[in-house]
Amino acid sequence: MTTIALLLITGLGLGALYFLIAAGLSLIWGLMRVLNFAHGAFFTVAAYAGWSASRLLTSSPAELRWAVAVVVAIVVGGAFAALTEVLLIRPLYSRHVGQVLVTVGLALATISLVQGGFGSDPQPFAVPDWMTNTSSIAGAGIPNTRLLVIVFAAVVLAVLLFFLQRTRFGLIVRAGVENRDMVQALGIDVQRAFTLVFTIGGMAAGLSGILAATYYGTVDPVRGTSMLIFAFIVVIIGGLGSVTGSAVAAVVVGVLQQFLNFYAAAGVGDFSVVLLLAVVLLVRPGGFSGSST
Amino acid sequence: MTRSVRIGVAVLLVVLAVLPFVGITIPGLFDGALNAPGTLNLLGMCFVFGALAVTYDIVFGYVGLLSFGHALYFATGVYVTAIALARWHWSLPAALALTVVVSLVLPLVLGAICLRMRDIPFAMVTLAFAQAGSILVMQNPFGLTGGEEGLALGGDVLPSFLVGVVNTRNVYWVAFALIVVVYVVAWRAVNSPPGRVWQAIRENERRVGVLGLNPYLYKLGAFVLSAFLASICGVVYLLLQGGANPQVTTADFTLALLVMVVLGGVGTLWGAVLGGLAYEYLDFRLVALSNAPAVQSLPALLRVPLSEPLFLLGVLFIVLVLFVPGGLGGALRRRLPLRA
Amino acid sequence: MSAATLLEVRDLHVYLGESHILQGVSFDVRQSGITGLLGRNGVGKTTTLRGILGLVTRTGHVVLGGEETTALPVHEIVRRGVAYVPEDRDVFAGLTVEENLRLAERAGSELRYDLVYELFPELRQRAAQKAGTLSGGQQQMVALARALLNADNRILLVDEPTKGLAPLVVRQVVEALQRAAEVATILLVEQNLSVAHKLVRDVVVLDQGRVSFTGDVDQLMGDPELARRHLGLAAAGSH
Repeated sequence: MTTIALLLITGLGLGALYFLIAAGLSLIWGLMRVLNFAHGAFFTVAAYAGWSASRLLTSSPAELRWAVAVVVAIVVGGAFAALTEVLLIRPLYSRHVGQVLVTVGLALATISLVQGGFGSDPQPFAVPDWMTNTSSIAGAGIPNTRLLVIVFAAVVLAVLLFFLQRTRFGLIVRAGVENRDMVQALGIDVQRAFTLVFTIGGMAAGLSGILAATYYGTVDPVRGTSMLIFAFIVVIIGGLGSVTGSAVAAVVVGVLQQFLNFYAAAGVGDFSVVLLLAVVLLVRPGGFSGSST
Repeated sequence: MTRSVRIGVAVLLVVLAVLPFVGITIPGLFDGALNAPGTLNLLGMCFVFGALAVTYDIVFGYVGLLSFGHALYFATGVYVTAIALARWHWSLPAALALTVVVSLVLPLVLGAICLRMRDIPFAMVTLAFAQAGSILVMQNPFGLTGGEEGLALGGDVLPSFLVGVVNTRNVYWVAFALIVVVYVVAWRAVNSPPGRVWQAIRENERRVGVLGLNPYLYKLGAFVLSAFLASICGVVYLLLQGGANPQVTTADFTLALLVMVVLGGVGTLWGAVLGGLAYEYLDFRLVALSNAPAVQSLPALLRVPLSEPLFLLGVLFIVLVLFVPGGLGGALRRRLPLRA
Repeated sequence: MSAATLLEVRDLHVYLGESHILQGVSFDVRQSGITGLLGRNGVGKTTTLRGILGLVTRTGHVVLGGEETTALPVHEIVRRGVAYVPEDRDVFAGLTVEENLRLAERAGSELRYDLVYELFPELRQRAAQKAGTLSGGQQQMVALARALLNADNRILLVDEPTKGLAPLVVRQVVEALQRAAEVATILLVEQNLSVAHKLVRDVVVLDQGRVSFTGDVDQLMGDPELARRHLGLAAAGSH
C-alpha cells in the first residue's frame, strides 16, 4: 500500500512536469500548426537561468533563492519563447516544415551552447530543506518536492483553463485552434495571439524546467530533450490542441511509467508509454479527446 | 545532366575509387595524406552519411514525410549486426542475413502504425518510436547492447580483410560502394512509376487518392525502402567504427540527419549526398577547430560557442532555412547547368 | 440609381499551386444594394472573395471606399468594414453560439444584437449551445449574424448562403439578406439563380478566372441566350 501511494504520487509529479511542457506544445500546435522542438530549449535555458540566479544569491535564505530561481526561470522561458516566435517563426509564416526545422536548429544550437557553457554533467541545485523532507501520506514517506510540483501544475492548469474559458484572448485561442483564417476574417490580429501563446508556453516550460531541477535536485543540459519527447507523446495521446486532454494524458503517462519502471524493470515503463501511444493511435487516431484536425 | 557534368562525375568516381593509392597531401583539407588511414576513415564516414542522407531524402524530400525516427533504422543496422557478431559469434554472412530480415520487418510494422497519422503528428509518432529504440539500447537488455558503453566488435569477429589499420582501404571501398549503390537504387526508385506517385503524394495526397491509388501503400513502400537502405548504411558504419555506440539511436542523431538533407537541398538526391558529406566533414573539422590554440585562447564569450560544433551547425541550419530555402543544392543549381 | 463605387477590384490574379485561378479579375461594387457574383462551379468566385479579404496570396488592387487595401493584413482589411460569410459557414464548432457572436464583436463598433436577434430569434434561445451541434440552417444564421453584428461593416462578402438549406430556411436567409442590404452593401455569390434574381441588382459573371459579363440582373436573366452563354445550360432551364 505504501509503495503504491509512493509510486502514484511520484508518477503524478512526473506527469505534472510533462503537463507543464505539453500544455504549451499543445496550444502552439493547435493554433499555429508548429511542432516546437525549441520547447526543450526553453525548458533548459530557463532552468539554467534560475539555477544561475540562485547561485548569485548564496548569502540569502534558501527560500528566497529558490523563489527567485522560479521567477527568473518563468520570465526567461517566456522571453526566450516570445523572441523565438517573433524572430524565427514569424518570418516563415505559411512554411510549416520550415518552422519546424528552425525550431530543430534552435534546439540543437541552444542545448549544445548550454553544454559548452556549463558542462555536460548535471549540476546540483540547492532547494530549501523542507522540500527535501518527506510527508507521510497513506503511510508512505512522500518527498515534498513531488507534492510541490503537483500543486504548481494544478495551479497552472486552473489558470490556463480560466484564461481559455473566461477571457477574450482565450476565446481567440480556442477559435484559432479550430479555424485560423476565420478568426482573421473577423478582424482579429491572430499574430498577436501567436506571440502570446508562445510566451505562455515558454513560461510554462520554464516553470517545468526549474521544477524538474527541484524534483531531481540538479540541472541537466540534456533533460529537456528527453522530457520533450514524453511531452510530445502526452500531446498526441491527449489530443492536439486540448489542454485538458494533455493534463489527463500526462497523469496517465507519468503514473504508468513509474509503476512499470518499479514493478517490471527500469526502462520498461518508458518503453510501455510508447506502446500506449501506438495502441491509442490504432484505436483512435485523434487521441483521447478525439479532435480530428 | 549535361555531357560535361556527366564526364565530371565519371572522373570524380574514378578518382575516389583509386584514392587509396594516391599518396599526396592536401594541406588544410585533410591532416594526413589522402591514402592515410585517418583520411580514408573520415572519407568513408562521409560516404556513409552521404548515403544515409540520400535514404532520408527518399521519405522527406520525395514523399514529403517528415520522419523524426530515421535514426532507429540506421541504429537497427548497427546494433543487430553488432549483436549477432560480437554476442552470438555468428559469421558475417549469417549476421547480415539476420540484419536484412529485421531491417525489413521493423519498418514495415512501425511504418504501418505511424502512417495512420499525417504531417506533424506523424513526425511526433516516429520520434516516439525512435525514442523507444533508444531507451531499449540504453537499458542494455540481457547485456546485449552494452548500454551507454556501446558494443565493441573486437578483432576476431570480422573477416581479417576488414580489420586493422592496414585494411582501412578495404573498408573505404565498402563505404564507397555503399554510397554508389544507395544512390543508384534511390535514383531508380524515385524515377520509377511508384516514385512518381510518391512525388504526387508530396504535392497533393488527396488527388492521388482520387485517381484510385492507395497513398497509404505507396507511402509505406517508400518508408520501408528508405529504412532498409538506412540499415545497410548502419552496417557499413559499424565496420568503419569497429563498434556500436548509442549516440546513433538518439533523437539528436535524426535531427542531425535532417540538418544534412536540408543543408544539401530537400528533394534532390545529389543535394542530399552533398549535405551528408558536408555535415560529416564540417562536424569533424569543427571539432578540430574548437581544439585549435587560436580558439582556446579566445575569451569565454567567443570560445564557448566556437568550441561547440553542434552550435555552429545549428546556427548555420537556421540561417539556411530562413534565407536559403533550397539549401546548398538549390544555391548551386542556380549557378550550374544541372537538373535534379 | 448611379450610387458611388464602394469597392474596386482591379486586375486580381491568384495562383494556387500550379493553377492560375484568377486571371486578372476587375469589377466595381456600387454603394448599397446587392451585387451578385455569378458563374459556373470552379470559375473562381470563392477565390475572388478570399482575394478581396487577403486570405489568399494575390496580385492586383483592391480599393475600398477610395483606400487601397491590397497590402494590408487580413484583420486590418476587415476592420475597415468588411465582413465575410464563407461558403462552409465556418462557425467555430467548439464554441457556443454566444461565444461565436462575442468573438465577432469589434471594439469601437456599435453592436446590433437587436437586429440579429430580431432576424434570428432562434439564436437567442440557443445562445449556450455549441455551434457544432446546430443544424446547417442554424449555423448559417450564426455566420450571417456574425457579419451583421458590427454596425460599421460597410460591405458583406456572402458566399452561397442558401446552399444545402431547406426551403423554409432559404426564405429566412433571403429575408435577412434583404434587411442587411438596407444597412450595408453586399457582394453575394449565389448558385440558386431564382434567389439571385430576387435579391441582386448588379451582376458580375466570372468564367474561368475572368470576368465575362457585368451589368444589370434583368438584362442577363431576361435574355435566355445571354444567360445560357454566361451561366451555362442549366441556368437557361432554371426559374
